[in-house]
Amino acid sequence: MTTGANAIAGPRVRSLAASTAGAALRGLALGVFAFAILGPLANLVLWSVAERWYTPFKLPVVYGFRYWEAVFRPTGDAMASLGTSIEIALLTVVFAFALSIPAGYALGRLRLPGRVLLLILFMLPQAFPSVAIYMNVARIFYTFGWTGTVAGVVAVHTVHGLVYSVWIAAAAFAAIDRDLELAARNLGASAWRTFLTVTLPLATPGLMASAVFIFLESLDEFTGTFFVGVPQVSTLPLLLYNASMGGNYQIASITALILLVPSILFMLVIERFLNPQVLSRIGR
Amino acid sequence: MPQQGTAVAIEGLEVGYGRTPVLDGIDLAIEPGSFVALLGASGCGKTTLLRSIAGFIEPRAGRILIGGRDVTGTGPERRGTAMMFQSYALWPHMSVARNIGYGLKLRGWPRADIARRVDEILALVEMSGFGGRSVTTLSGGQRQRVALGRALAVHPPVLLLDEPLSNLDAKIRLTMRHEIRALQRRIGFTAIHVTHDQEEAMVMADRLVILEAGRIVQDGRPEDVYRRPNSPTVASFLGADNVIEAEARRDGTDLVLILAGGIRARIAGTPSVEGPCLLHFRANAVTLAAREGRGDCLAIPGRIEQSSYPGGRYRYQVGTPVGRFFVDDAYRLDDGATVTIAIPAPSLHVFARPLPGVPATRAA
Repeated sequence: MTTGANAIAGPRVRSLAASTAGAALRGLALGVFAFAILGPLANLVLWSVAERWYTPFKLPVVYGFRYWEAVFRPTGDAMASLGTSIEIALLTVVFAFALSIPAGYALGRLRLPGRVLLLILFMLPQAFPSVAIYMNVARIFYTFGWTGTVAGVVAVHTVHGLVYSVWIAAAAFAAIDRDLELAARNLGASAWRTFLTVTLPLATPGLMASAVFIFLESLDEFTGTFFVGVPQVSTLPLLLYNASMGGNYQIASITALILLVPSILFMLVIERFLNPQVLSRIGR
Repeated sequence: MPQQGTAVAIEGLEVGYGRTPVLDGIDLAIEPGSFVALLGASGCGKTTLLRSIAGFIEPRAGRILIGGRDVTGTGPERRGTAMMFQSYALWPHMSVARNIGYGLKLRGWPRADIARRVDEILALVEMSGFGGRSVTTLSGGQRQRVALGRALAVHPPVLLLDEPLSNLDAKIRLTMRHEIRALQRRIGFTAIHVTHDQEEAMVMADRLVILEAGRIVQDGRPEDVYRRPNSPTVASFLGADNVIEAEARRDGTDLVLILAGGIRARIAGTPSVEGPCLLHFRANAVTLAAREGRGDCLAIPGRIEQSSYPGGRYRYQVGTPVGRFFVDDAYRLDDGATVTIAIPAPSLHVFARPLPGVPATRAA
């Protein structure tokens, strides 16, 4: 009886010690992780409500929402920049979609020769230093008079967004069972009707995710906008840059926090719409 | 809906992927209202043939006629066929009712008529009340009923069945067989059914077309094909997969079969084969007896090496001087028991044995 109890208690004690050590390790890792993510965020939040904060002090001297009010004032630069940013982002989604739906369908569905090469081609702009690329883009756009226009910035953002949207669209179309389309053709639907009533609705979740992604990329884009858009076109990231260069950390922090909102929404959307079946086909 | 002439006619059809030929000269005429099973091992081209009829695959050569109309170059949407897919191929973004009504909507039916027809179809496939359900919530059997309903809703002259039952579990498969067959008899459409399941083909179809390596090797009533397979491969495929090598000699109207180990049998009224031959027989076509076989019967002595009980009858592996065979019998026998396999002459399929390097020739 006693030996039996020992035999049971032995491993239990050992496993308890092991699980305590494991929990401690997990807790530590989680703490480091949380600090790495939440530390800068906390700093941003602090700066956004600090009306006065100077060196010997570890925390702001005067707290207040003066800068928030300044940013959200309807006549302020920030609201105008937000408007421009959203306008550019929406136009970018429209143009990137107009190109990536047919391109994605062709790459995902039709057996094109050299489709992998084509997919890599869309990745290429990402492979070079963006400053070098956008400087040259700006130089070429200048000869057409496109610099400083919303159209010019949309063009730059669209090319940037295509990298992702073509890949995601190709994966979304490739994930659709061919028989689903054939069943529609078989019952009397033309190729075009089949695309509209079967293929496109089934690809919609993937395409939605890609739309959100393009939108956010455009909202966050800095380098291209800086070279092509300045000074006539001012987006939120440019405002953020100007504010922090000018030492106005409050405006910069608030702008950064505004830019964070869509990113969080995006994560929720991607979780909802991009299922593993589609994700597993990206890049195939 | 009785029709005149042929429902589907295929003339000299050749299909290939790249350089490999998949269908190698198919000629087939199907009468209206018949139920044809395309049967064969995987890779024989039966699914390719069905998909060519549906218009999903473009042939290299040959013609396809549906209802007397040449549809070889016509898109799948203008062929008047409806298909049941192995994968069901129901649209997950539509309800059951919208799946079934899709073909009618394409044909410009008014909404009220579509609703009425969908209800009729749901009743027909015993799915009444499921119209509003999402297809993703249905079981396999229910999905296949909806798929059948979707195909029948458009009143197709030709229904194509692409192994629609192979993903269902055994019991539902058996019910669906009979339901599809009964509906076909009642409505009178022409059905072409692809399957690799011999029993399914025999139960459902009134004509078996057996394919092998892209060609039709035998075509006839299920009973005739089953009883008189015309080649060793068809015999094996239809369950006669016990094979004995033998030598055949003609003696008047009888055939004398000489097997290894001095086993002989004299049978009457069998094919005109002489010389080296192959004898095929089914496990369930023989009896095991302790005594020697009577006339018109091939008797092979042997010993039971293994036994199993799949239900109903016992299945024995019997070792004999001329090979190992599987044999069914109603009685329990011990391993090691001495028995005699008695194969009645009508159950013995005799084929000329091909010489090495020479393809099999058909015995009449």
